[in-house]
Amino acid sequence: MADLNARSFARVAIVSLAMFGFGYLLVPLYDIFCEITGLNGKTGRLDETTVVARYQPDTSRLVTVQFIANNNQGMPWEFRPLEPSMRVHPGKVYSAAFSARNPTAQDMVGQAVPSVAPGKAGRYFNKTECFCFNQQPLAAGETKEMPLRFIVDPNLPAAVTTLTLAYTMFDVTLIN
Amino acid sequence: MSTLSAGHEDHHEHGPAKGLLRWVTTTNHKDIGTLYLLFALVMFFIGGAMAMVIRAELFQPGLQLVDPNFFNTMTTVHALVMIFGAVMPAFTGLANWLIPMMIGAPDMALPRMNNFSFWILPFAFTLLLSTFFMEGGGPSAGWTIYPPLSLQMGEGFPFMIFALHLAGVSSILGSINIIVTILNMRAPGMLLMKMPMFVWTWFITAYLLIATMPVLAGGLTMLLTDKFAGTSFFDAAGGGDPVMYQHIFWFFGHPEVYILILPAFGIISAILPTFARKPLFGYSAMVYATASIAFLSFIVWAHHMFTVGMPVVGELFFMYATMMIAVPTGVKVFNWVSTMWRGAMTFEAPMLFAVGFVIMFTIGGFSGLMLAIAPADFQYHDTYFVVAHFHYVLVTGAVYSIMAAAYYWLPKWTGNMYDEKLAQIHFWISTVSVNVLFFPQHFLGLAGMPRRIPDYSVQFTDWNMISSLGGFVFGVSQLLFVYVVFKCIRGGEKATDRVWEGAHGLEWTLSSPPPYHSFTTAPEVR
Repeated sequence: MADLNARSFARVAIVSLAMFGFGYLLVPLYDIFCEITGLNGKTGRLDETTVVARYQPDTSRLVTVQFIANNNQGMPWEFRPLEPSMRVHPGKVYSAAFSARNPTAQDMVGQAVPSVAPGKAGRYFNKTECFCFNQQPLAAGETKEMPLRFIVDPNLPAAVTTLTLAYTMFDVTLIN
Repeated sequence: MSTLSAGHEDHHEHGPAKGLLRWVTTTNHKDIGTLYLLFALVMFFIGGAMAMVIRAELFQPGLQLVDPNFFNTMTTVHALVMIFGAVMPAFTGLANWLIPMMIGAPDMALPRMNNFSFWILPFAFTLLLSTFFMEGGGPSAGWTIYPPLSLQMGEGFPFMIFALHLAGVSSILGSINIIVTILNMRAPGMLLMKMPMFVWTWFITAYLLIATMPVLAGGLTMLLTDKFAGTSFFDAAGGGDPVMYQHIFWFFGHPEVYILILPAFGIISAILPTFARKPLFGYSAMVYATASIAFLSFIVWAHHMFTVGMPVVGELFFMYATMMIAVPTGVKVFNWVSTMWRGAMTFEAPMLFAVGFVIMFTIGGFSGLMLAIAPADFQYHDTYFVVAHFHYVLVTGAVYSIMAAAYYWLPKWTGNMYDEKLAQIHFWISTVSVNVLFFPQHFLGLAGMPRRIPDYSVQFTDWNMISSLGGFVFGVSQLLFVYVVFKCIRGGEKATDRVWEGAHGLEWTLSSPPPYHSFTTAPEVR
């Protein structure tokens, strides 16, 4: 009986250890799920050669792209888009820029995290180049213009006439 | 491994050890069951005292007694203590006492581990409560510990995480023990489909526990490394996502709410047939309904997160999946009603609590259905309606079942009848006051009063005052429960072996109180 109990114990204990692992497995699963379904405001990422090969500009249609800049709690940077919005043709590459100034007396590093609304349109918004791909260091008092190149997928559903691209700037000085 | 289970062969024919050390070193399932139950009772009053602080602060609008952070600490720790310290240990204590006696086993399968899983708990909760005396105070981000707010907690943060890890280890070990006991220790003839419902519901609960507590442990570990080891699981700046925490938490959290109620279903399924003097209606339907509820509990978690910004398809899936749970739950409720139908019913205290459970748990079930409606949930989310809902299922549900169980099996455990008159007074005061306490919170929630806020707008004053008065009466009336329990332990009219005229099951074939070692030779099961 003791041996039988020990064997059963081991079997059930392995299940609970496996479930601990499954908790961690949820992290990549979550990302994969968001990528497949285009949830969570995640944007598409293409490089420009793919874009030229894949898309024809659709000059018959205009879509409004709005830019929003937010600071995370406690982030002192002055962070804003140079232009609040643009009218764009799907299938054509555009550039835009944000500006950031570090008003403090310390050198800091920021990380911008993008999000696109409406959420289901996120995967039709492709960034070919973005300041959010890298951390952005700013010396004390420095101002920087941060570029962004993007293309709206011509397959964007006709019902969507406005896309909003919002960035939140996080202070990652201490994480580095 | 064999050392884990070697304990029960070497103390066959002697009684308990003398002195206080008996309780520290015991491997006897009855002793450990008693320890769990007493621990749960102490925690019930610690958590209850915090609830009294909450209701006192909410008696009037404005900030009266405590500062807002301390108020939030009260709501957070009240929940953690009641869930992990009172209800779960009470059910584990009942399982320890009853499962071996119900399946004709001499003890739990892994008695030394049983001792270990109990004795982790006092340390876990000492750790948790010690955070009150640390810089920054106790946890105040809600029992769900959502980041980024929870990561801003003071020095108590790692202590809270470790306390919950320990409580989790304790309940995982306890569950493994229950599963192994039920699989290996049943008396000959005790087939799975002959087991009492309480054993069945605990069997399924134990599987839920080993499947979900480790996921919570994973999520808590991620919080810990986010704060101290520079990982970014939930930190958007590093590529993480705070919403992912909610998914991980509720993947644990929803099965957890069934962990808190399935053993209660088993208790009610034992008590109603006894006092209706009829066998349980639809035994196998009850078993399958319990298993269905357990399965469905894994695919409904995001109904706690309808307002995070899910796509409509997600809202619809989780809404329909959640509503599907009403089907097996309805099977249970109707089977209980059918069990009572045309029964020769008497209303001793356990029956009163059981019937109270069926009625009031169903009220909580219905408000749960309302919350499952995704578009309506946008109004109910994070209001007192949610508070009213889960207190109906947890207080008049889980806690009532535990009190019913205590009155039902106390004569068996102690050999003495409890004071029936006082127990019935306890039931009636509790039932009136608990409804005065929680029913008005439905109205407050529908009118828009948010939960977890120490102050409120003046139009909510009347119902809050009434709710607080109900709360104070309910709190004080539980002292009567303690009095009845200890009076019964100290003495009283001798109980017969069967105790209740209509009681069936192996535990009632033992003497009252049962011998320290019961069923050392397996009983015959017909």
